[in-house]
Amino acid sequence: MIAVYVIVGIVVILLILIIANYNGLVRLRNQTKNAWAQIDVQLKRRYDLIPNLMETVKGYMKHERETLEAVTNARNLAQQKAGGSVGERSRAESELSGALGRLLAVVENYPDLKANQNFLALQEELTSTENKIGFSRQYYNDSVLRLNNKVQMFPSNIVAAITGFKLGEFFEITVAEEREAPRVSFT
Amino acid sequence: MWEQIRDNQVRSVILTVAMGMVLLLLGYFLGLSFMGSGLGGLIIALAIWVIMSLVAYFQGDGIFLALSRARKISRDDHPRLYNIVEEMKIASGLEKMPDIYIIDDPAPNAFATGRNPDKAAVAVTSGLLQKLNRDELQGVIGHEIAHVRNRDVLLMAMCGVLLGTIVILAWYATRILFFSSMAGGRRSSSGGGQAQIIILAIGIVLMILAPIAAQFIYFAISRRREYLADASAALYTRYPEGLASALEKIAGSTAQLKSANQATAPMYTVNPFRKKGRVASDLTSTHPPISERVRILRAMAGASLADYEQAYRTAHGGQKGVVRGAAGLVGETGATGIRAASSEKGPVEKEDKVARTRETSDLVWRLNKYQTIDCDCGVRLRVPPKFKGEMVRCPRCGRVHSTR
Repeated sequence: MIAVYVIVGIVVILLILIIANYNGLVRLRNQTKNAWAQIDVQLKRRYDLIPNLMETVKGYMKHERETLEAVTNARNLAQQKAGGSVGERSRAESELSGALGRLLAVVENYPDLKANQNFLALQEELTSTENKIGFSRQYYNDSVLRLNNKVQMFPSNIVAAITGFKLGEFFEITVAEEREAPRVSFT
Repeated sequence: MWEQIRDNQVRSVILTVAMGMVLLLLGYFLGLSFMGSGLGGLIIALAIWVIMSLVAYFQGDGIFLALSRARKISRDDHPRLYNIVEEMKIASGLEKMPDIYIIDDPAPNAFATGRNPDKAAVAVTSGLLQKLNRDELQGVIGHEIAHVRNRDVLLMAMCGVLLGTIVILAWYATRILFFSSMAGGRRSSSGGGQAQIIILAIGIVLMILAPIAAQFIYFAISRRREYLADASAALYTRYPEGLASALEKIAGSTAQLKSANQATAPMYTVNPFRKKGRVASDLTSTHPPISERVRILRAMAGASLADYEQAYRTAHGGQKGVVRGAAGLVGETGATGIRAASSEKGPVEKEDKVARTRETSDLVWRLNKYQTIDCDCGVRLRVPPKFKGEMVRCPRCGRVHSTR
């Protein structure tokens, strides 16, 4: 009689473990999807901001045609790749981030432009959108890390293998400037 | 990353339960010594606690925001603040954008309210907007969002209610004891003998000790949550220096927050009642000393919770950490390097300060419903809401403007 209870008990505990692990996996996968959607929202926002920025900047920057064209081209390319895989997208978006960074660096040479209210508002929006892309990427990568840990670690890896959970893909930015070591100032 | 937060949560819950025990003990013995029934005292204590909790739960945010005279702002009122809050919302993975409030007060400070992450609000003073640059503001907002995300607001509200109940009970019990002994001890005829005296003695000791014990537990919980919020802010922003230098600026300010009171103190980023030069790590404060918080943030090698834990241990020279379990975590350190400062900092700092001051004062005027008219001669006119006329003349050049 006791043996039956023990067996039933073990089965129940196993079931609970499997359910808990499965639910945990589903939660993480949904979190990852949600985080990805967040990145998407911010990337779209950036596509929308760039034409406005170009309009404002054009009048001031007559001698920077190459820089401006690079941004426009990178934006169009990124928008084309919007339906592609995570890897493809991160490459296209890194390109755009780099082109925008170069444009904003050049702005320092145009004091008139820096005093333009319209430009200042756009710059704030652009800076913030860049930050938001960074933060949503950060959150997405954290989520992917947690999902991957759960998919690979015992005992949840068994549940993941049976129910067909796949590893998530990290969203990496491969621009050289972003890989630079952090600047630390002691002033 | 969330496992440690849950772990910390468990410890906070244990401390809260300890506080609840103090309340029950107090209720029981007070009931026993004054009404002759421990159960009666228990029920009264619980009833007071439940009522106060319900009020705090459903009305807390509203009362709190009203007490601090905070006003809600929209995106257009202050795009930068709105953007920063949204950035931190994204970084922390909050699902809903918190409401943003401004308090017109030169003392730099901030707080968060909301019983759950869906009903959260973040409030900052105009002084804070004026003094901090983008990175610093981001650090402070990150700290507040961390309070929301870690559900500290609800925890501290509930602990505050527990503390309040204990204090109220003990206070009334003292009065009753005082007056009944003045009335000549009419209950002495009941003849309980020695047992009665012992119970009364325990009741009196509890009456004195319970509020003190509860306060210590409360402060301990509060300080623990502050460290955790600092650690989370560093993790969200990936830039501990932002919060560190913000804390320094706040500490350096001499202005005192007008609208804060003792009950609302733990909600702020920095204790609004701190005295200057107060010695480190004291047990009777809701917040850890700023100098120590800054030191820990600056000592962080990366931006993960594990790095904060490491820095905390080094600062305290012991094995006891604040973010439990963080040290044993693998894989998180690699992805959490500290990022570079944003471009706003540096030589333009001074210009920025002027711009920020102007921007903030514009915002405050607008919130007070003043109309702003820019005259062509460069003068900026502020028309008060009570102004009834249709025209206003510029005092410098004499141009006439319509007030709509």
